[in-house]
Amino acid sequence: MPDRIVTPDISVNFAGISSPNPFWLASAPPTNCGEQVMRAFDAGWGGAVWKTIGDPITNVSSRYSSLDWNGQRMMGLNNIELISDRPLEVNLREIAEVKKRYPRHAVIASLMVESNREAWHQIVQQSEDAGADGLELNFGCPHGMSERGMGSAVGQVPDYAEMITSWVKEKARTPVLVKLTPNITDIRAVARAAKRGGADGLSAINTINSITGIDLDTFIPRPNVDGKSSHGGYCGPAVKPIALNMVQQVQSDQESRLPLSGIGGISDWRDAVEFILLGCGTVQVCTAVMHYGYRIVEDMADGLANWMSEKGFAKISDFQSLSLARVQDWKHLNLNYKIVARIHEEKCIGCELCYTACWDGAHQCIHLDRLGANNHHHATPAMREALSKQAIAMTPIPKLDHASSNSSKEPYPTPLARIPRVDEAECVGCNLCSLVCPVDGCITMEQVETHLASQSWEQRTGNSANPARKCD
Amino acid sequence: MERSHFFLCRRAIVGKVFCYQESGVSTLNTQPGNPELVARFPEIHPPFDNVAAVTEANRCLYCFDAPCTAACPTHIDVPRFIKRIAQSNLRGSALTILDANILGASCSRVCPVDVLCEGACVYHRYNKQPIEIGRLQRHAMDAFFQNGAALVQRAHEQRSGRVACIGAGPASLAFAAEMRQRGFAVTIFERKPLPGGLNTYGVAEYKLRSSDSLREIELIRSLGVEFRFGSEIGGEAAFAQLEKDYDFIFLGIGLGAMRSLQIPGEHLPGVIDALKFIEGYKTGGKLEVGRHAVVVGAGNTAIDAARAALRLGAEDVQILYRRDEPSMSAFLFEYEQAKEEGVKFHWWSQPVAILPSQGHEGIEAIECVRVRSGANGSLEKVHASGFRISCDMVIPAIGQSPLLEFLEACRGVRTDNGRIQVDRATGQTSHPKYFAGGDCVNGGREVVDAVADGKRTALTVAKMLEKAHA
Repeated sequence: MPDRIVTPDISVNFAGISSPNPFWLASAPPTNCGEQVMRAFDAGWGGAVWKTIGDPITNVSSRYSSLDWNGQRMMGLNNIELISDRPLEVNLREIAEVKKRYPRHAVIASLMVESNREAWHQIVQQSEDAGADGLELNFGCPHGMSERGMGSAVGQVPDYAEMITSWVKEKARTPVLVKLTPNITDIRAVARAAKRGGADGLSAINTINSITGIDLDTFIPRPNVDGKSSHGGYCGPAVKPIALNMVQQVQSDQESRLPLSGIGGISDWRDAVEFILLGCGTVQVCTAVMHYGYRIVEDMADGLANWMSEKGFAKISDFQSLSLARVQDWKHLNLNYKIVARIHEEKCIGCELCYTACWDGAHQCIHLDRLGANNHHHATPAMREALSKQAIAMTPIPKLDHASSNSSKEPYPTPLARIPRVDEAECVGCNLCSLVCPVDGCITMEQVETHLASQSWEQRTGNSANPARKCD
Repeated sequence: MERSHFFLCRRAIVGKVFCYQESGVSTLNTQPGNPELVARFPEIHPPFDNVAAVTEANRCLYCFDAPCTAACPTHIDVPRFIKRIAQSNLRGSALTILDANILGASCSRVCPVDVLCEGACVYHRYNKQPIEIGRLQRHAMDAFFQNGAALVQRAHEQRSGRVACIGAGPASLAFAAEMRQRGFAVTIFERKPLPGGLNTYGVAEYKLRSSDSLREIELIRSLGVEFRFGSEIGGEAAFAQLEKDYDFIFLGIGLGAMRSLQIPGEHLPGVIDALKFIEGYKTGGKLEVGRHAVVVGAGNTAIDAARAALRLGAEDVQILYRRDEPSMSAFLFEYEQAKEEGVKFHWWSQPVAILPSQGHEGIEAIECVRVRSGANGSLEKVHASGFRISCDMVIPAIGQSPLLEFLEACRGVRTDNGRIQVDRATGQTSHPKYFAGGDCVNGGREVVDAVADGKRTALTVAKMLEKAHA
């Protein structure tokens, strides 16, 4: 009998806000109005952080630009859109309506007003009166609003962030989240300030200052607003590694640590799990929805539940923060751990990307010498190419090629001459070859027994100062 | 041979199309814009649009020392030209191609990529479709021609040393282009009114249009290659004169006419050999065809002729071949495409006579017998196996016979089995003044093989001239 599969519970309680699942829409165009948010809830989103409300602004046209990569669209997205351009009372009325119709879903009001106490008190009151389950203070918006002393202009100055957070806390009855900007040297400075100011939770990261590209015919950067552009906020898959690092920094710092809603390039359930493994309680998504629509949440929920079943996790908190302790300062890593690359010949397709990567980008320990050492036992890439150029090739035409016979039998699908070999004695275990290899499982990194006890840099040098670290 | 007998080519631009004309004689029936021809011969591999090309280019792994490059006789740096397409550097892409293969445009259309670059793609070993290298190459080359076809001239000063090419087919063209790029004077002698050899006259129109072939040759002409059309070279005196006038002579003479069937009735009207048939519709404006056509032979040219007959309106086309499927010399993909289009194949069938039609001019049937493989591989007729196929057109396509008489005239240029013998690496024949490449050397392969021969030979000849005139 197979084990009975228990459907995992993916509902969460985040800083006092309950949600049917950890998937929230980030404060952005997908949460611009009530009609959208209700359709999103119908599609399966557990919560929505409303498009930031405050004094209405005027937006420009155009607003977005993207970074395409290798034929794929929108690896990164940039926007210069400001907060909601709709009247405050319309937003409040729609928040109330959504809450009435979707009482079990989380509706968070994202707020940004000028830096005075009364203004903040007033918008807190209005949002909570409308029925918001929580408040998210937008201290992160990096464009436009920051020029008016709001958004990241607040988020970059810990004292301001602490002060405004404390004003909000004077008034708020619902949980208060502070959304952090990544456009700062150390994100923990503001996280600590928010915590000192009394925040109940944090959201990270907001978008990153960016210029995505320039039109090479007109010399106008994108997005083009009547011949000019402005830096925008960068998001999408490209920013995930930056976001994960900042999430880890905040969650590993006792003075910063609070319930954290993870944001930054989350496109599928695996991204979401990674943020949760580093301590997040919910995740927020925007770019992936702007690219593919609300429907993606179904795949996120399904993938998460399947993975949890497979791993035996019954609820989100079972795996939350599991990877946090696995991130350490470099000085604590074991210097006596050794891995080497192993090429699985039967899977190799002979592209030789590992060979050229190792020669030009790593440690010159992958060779093409399986047919025996010739004059060029360690032939350089240039020597290899020169040899190939001299070879005479012809179109094979059986009638004319009587003599040719497929004589020697090759042991693998790829000719032995094209299957690289790793010199394990020289291999430093850098991973590069396995990263460039296009075939899944063709190059694996395998541990070599060094018979040495684990020893970190700190242990080896007897001090805790940072070693001379790799700087490239 | 007197210089005055040579005709200089003049280029006339008709619309967007180049026409070559002999002085005084307007023989050019090349009507590249002939709407009926274009309509009947839609391209078999339509071009990529820009986004599709970039998407396909991005699939390329950028292999090191890539197998596709090794498989290409001209060693085009395939990953490099593909990467440049992905980076919207179409000019750089085209120049990468042309640097290795001056006929990169026609090769992109006619190469049997399944057995060359695309056949070598590592994706075959990864359960994936190979990169569409041929179509990508065409994409880059089309853009190059659309944008003015500005080639970079490598050598600017004229060097001492003159070479002649006999025949204006792909081997000579590649040889000539490379020699010009190195600063040497080149004259090409061609007995036909148009350059390009089979590229212009003999490749099925749905693969390569004559106008595209000529457009490409215009590029070579622009490098300063001199063409003399209508120049049939034969006899001692002509060769003696050539040897006197030029330092070296490149033989790019191809294979000559198709072999004859040597059966009764083969000279009747209604019998036309495959190359003449193809040449007729491509450049002669002859778009008429029989209702019931029989093609004899199962090589690539036979397939081209059969498929052309269908496009021209034949109701049925049947191919006779005296051996079986595995023995035919047509590429598998050509065979498959022909079958899909409705060409019928008769294996182990040999024609014995073509029967004149009763009452009017022409033919009414082809008389055949079954054959089988006898002792030591020779064919023997099967007793009482005669059969008859009604037809009003017979197209023999049983291989080209080398121009043997011509070769004999070349005094001391050794041949073997109808092919000029050369040193593979240098292209040098047994006669120190003569070099050779293309079909007359390799027995009839592809355009790309001819280009490779021509280019490789040019490297040798250029070195010898540099030494001689140092």
